[in-house]
Amino acid sequence: MSEPVSGQGMGASVLRKEDRRFLLGKGRYTDDYLLPGQTHAVFVRSPHAHAKIRSIDARQALAAPGVLAVLTGEDAVADDLGGIPCGWTITNKDGSKMVAPPHPAMVKGSARHTGDPVAMVIAETRAQARDAAQLVEVDYDPLPAVAHLNAAVAEGAPKVWEEAPGNVCFDWHIGNAAATEAEFAQADRVISLDLTNNRVAPNAIEPRAANGNYDDVADRYTLYTTSQNPHLTRLLLAAYTLKVPEHKLRVVAPDVGGGFGSKIFHYAEELLVLWASKRVGRPVKWTSDRSEAFLSDAHGRDHVTHAELAVTADGKFRGLRVRTLANMGAYLSTFAPAIPTYLHATLLSGPYVIPAIYAEVKAIFTHTVPVDAVRGAGRPEATYLLERLVDKAARELGIDRVEIRRQNLIQPDQFPYQTPVALEYDIGDYPATLDMALAANDHGKFAERKAESETRGKLRGFGISTYIEACGIAPSALVGALGAGAGLYEAATVRVHPTGSVTVFTGSHSHGQGHETTFAQLVNERLGIPIENIEVVHGDTDRIPFGMGTYGSRSAAVGGSAIVKAMDKIVDKGKKIAAHLLEASVADVEFADGKYRVAGTDREKTFGEIAFTAYVPHNYPIETVEPGLEDSAFYDPKNFTFPGGCHLVEVEVDPETGVVEVVDVTIADDVGVIINPMIVDGQAHGGLAHGIGQALLEECVYDADGQLLSGSFMSYCMPRAADLPSFKVGNHVTACTHNPTGIKGVGEVGAIGVPPAVINAVLDALAPLGVTHIDMPATPEKVWRAIRAAAGGAA
Amino acid sequence: MRNFEFHRPASVADAVALLRGNDSAKLLAGGQSLLPIMKLDLAQPSDVVSLAGLAGADGLKEIRSEGGDLVIGALVTHHEVASSPEVRRRIPGLADLAGGIGDAQIRNRGTIGGSLAHADPAADYPAAVLALGATIVTDRRRIAADDYFTGLFSSALEADEIITAVRFPVPECAAYAKFPHPASKYAVVGVMVAKTGGGARVAVTGAGSKVFRVPAMESALAADFSTDAIRSVTVDPTGLRSGGEASPEYLAHLVTVMARRAVQACR
Repeated sequence: MSEPVSGQGMGASVLRKEDRRFLLGKGRYTDDYLLPGQTHAVFVRSPHAHAKIRSIDARQALAAPGVLAVLTGEDAVADDLGGIPCGWTITNKDGSKMVAPPHPAMVKGSARHTGDPVAMVIAETRAQARDAAQLVEVDYDPLPAVAHLNAAVAEGAPKVWEEAPGNVCFDWHIGNAAATEAEFAQADRVISLDLTNNRVAPNAIEPRAANGNYDDVADRYTLYTTSQNPHLTRLLLAAYTLKVPEHKLRVVAPDVGGGFGSKIFHYAEELLVLWASKRVGRPVKWTSDRSEAFLSDAHGRDHVTHAELAVTADGKFRGLRVRTLANMGAYLSTFAPAIPTYLHATLLSGPYVIPAIYAEVKAIFTHTVPVDAVRGAGRPEATYLLERLVDKAARELGIDRVEIRRQNLIQPDQFPYQTPVALEYDIGDYPATLDMALAANDHGKFAERKAESETRGKLRGFGISTYIEACGIAPSALVGALGAGAGLYEAATVRVHPTGSVTVFTGSHSHGQGHETTFAQLVNERLGIPIENIEVVHGDTDRIPFGMGTYGSRSAAVGGSAIVKAMDKIVDKGKKIAAHLLEASVADVEFADGKYRVAGTDREKTFGEIAFTAYVPHNYPIETVEPGLEDSAFYDPKNFTFPGGCHLVEVEVDPETGVVEVVDVTIADDVGVIINPMIVDGQAHGGLAHGIGQALLEECVYDADGQLLSGSFMSYCMPRAADLPSFKVGNHVTACTHNPTGIKGVGEVGAIGVPPAVINAVLDALAPLGVTHIDMPATPEKVWRAIRAAAGGAA
Repeated sequence: MRNFEFHRPASVADAVALLRGNDSAKLLAGGQSLLPIMKLDLAQPSDVVSLAGLAGADGLKEIRSEGGDLVIGALVTHHEVASSPEVRRRIPGLADLAGGIGDAQIRNRGTIGGSLAHADPAADYPAAVLALGATIVTDRRRIAADDYFTGLFSSALEADEIITAVRFPVPECAAYAKFPHPASKYAVVGVMVAKTGGGARVAVTGAGSKVFRVPAMESALAADFSTDAIRSVTVDPTGLRSGGEASPEYLAHLVTVMARRAVQACR
């Protein structure tokens, strides 16, 4: 561990500037905005997973107290509202394009998942809208439905879309099939594994909300919404759904209480409140409740995978073959097709040298809520299958699970490393994080701990995962070539005020990440201004430059780099002003610690003096330098960044009940250069909780007919403090080589690295009983059944 | 939630009068069961009769010893039971059970009378009442625990009858072992075991449509009050809750495991 850094710049654990308002309950979230004349919307949602809508009778609802309007899919079509677009197109193996069925904002004709919006009731109060929604009579003709992947691809399965035979959205592949076959043909052993990656709900603490206001004087729309990327929402509203030019649209994502990916996407409700506002002539607000969130937020994961690893007898990895079915749900959400493909299969090399890889991914429609990015988004699925497979290889070959990893890791001198699945890793030191984690865990004493657990009737298991991820998403040209409909740069404007304070306008969006603090630290580091004199503005398309928002652990690596580039321009301009004032040549002026100085002399001007001069240009190089001190930059990354590391987990299993308790989590990550260690630790902690939740507790359970059985916190189990041990978190830094900050990103590492470590630990604990496989979440009953089955009893 | 008339009577008799002849009136004690189901519109009472005004009356908030029994007023909260020196001294297993209900917020509001009137098949108190052979005291009579629980969310209470206290005979020892649902913290299976001069009683909550006793375990424990005595005594899965998150086979297995753990913990 390094020494704590004092001050407010890079490496200092500065307390979060934003926490004062959050801790006082003074954050301003979308639902807190109450506009003059505010009305409230409640949606009537399909109770059936698949049903034809014969008719909708709104007469009773319209007559109910306070009701202003009841709108349906027919009305939306009549007003030419566009369908919700998918922002990523996948090309099939055969060169054809994926099936992209229509995604109406409100259904017309048929509902395709429970929760599909059928009608919208607008009333003076939320309670009135709720009551009236129950009076909307929808005549449904229920149709056969399918929710699960294996059922959806079976012969004769109910069809979600006529245009998608076999319910296949796309059939895609990556890697070199022939080279992989050749490796398998020569392999000493082939290790194979069938597994699922469980479907999870994002469950941000703040449910989604949207408040739309049409101003008929200005002929302009304003949307307050729970978004991770207000400009993307504005772009999609303008180009596809509301069809109103961007200068007529303002999208504000104010304080947002968590996103985890689920607030990236453009949702129908955002469009519908704007449209309804124009129709009723007043602002219209919708706020999801928790039950509605389970039925309308995009879910995550939901893969069924067959994977095979070709190995030599001494444990060298030679080839990897993966076949995955990925559930898309009933409609394609904004980035859905990219998740099981370019954010999943491109990660299958992990931190290992694997000479040949071939992966096939079939995306499947089902009568369920759309599936899209949730924290990690594809990378947890890749890491999970690879790390499970590596553990299985070690067991079948009789090699220590740590050693098989160590001997296959990409070595520090092999960077840049080109994988067989498109990515080129720029830098890392995987043996270092492996050793760091093992030392911090005191792994040598595991046997003692296991023996102690046994005295209490508990089976202790050790689990490991060495992982990488790709984040800092992403080079625009690359993602464009892969099918993205958008660029993935970031933008920043740095405005220096006359007295030397600074406002940063960023396209990144903070919904828990702490940008108001960390971005201010970047400015402090470069310009030497105290963070109290720096304001970070985000989330309002009328104030900030066009930016792409926050997801894929990209804010510090991409958004931070844009800020640094804008500051470079400011520092350079300041040099010209300082050179003039100091009567020196520009080349001789240096800038450090907030001061411009003529090199080798004590002649200097403070940054504040330069800022003042820029705005009061009496003595000024006016012929060559414009007044003012403000600049902008767009930063388009050259590559992904590649955080990686090693996660170790110890569990205790109660063999009588099947209860798994996580008793130790020790991780060593390389997330690149760190701005604020406290915030980085916090991100790691949150990610670990998320990952442990997926491994042991969380699952969206649909029955065969498409009813969501886990539709509340009474059945869907979120991890709580009591479910988690104190985490031991360490960092080993190798700086990203291709961005100006050296930052890689940290928001997702816990959710990516830890699930396989948990399951590997459970399987290690159960290995003496003969258990070799368990799927997530490893619930007590599942563990108990696995133990019984291994003992020869009924599963 | 729907509109309702709110009443705050000052006596048990007034509360009974408000309930009489009004099938859609509901009593509100701690509100930890009623309010959530009202919020979801699963209950839509026309009248809510709050017992908050009765707190000082008729020993409803008291814990006292009476003729060898421990008597707990109906409006005593779970937290008050869990932290009562009297309960800790006389039936520590009951205090432990109360301390494991829901979470701290629920324990600060929820009451023993409210829990028993609601008769949730996965609530904890029914196991204690049945295993300890308690008596439910109402505004008009006394009901033996064995006669009280009649089915899923149903009890022997008449529509206008109000629980005023619960009388617990003090056992030689008793303990409750609970396997909580990871999300809801309700009992997937909870087993209360009590050893008395006359033998042993074993009551199971969570696993069935209502709390039930396990005669085979009781007789085994009467002969030999030890974990070994019931190691191989199982309940029939066919009678247990099905279609839920836990299978009947797993529930049956947990009943035996939790019963053994309760015997082990008996004090």
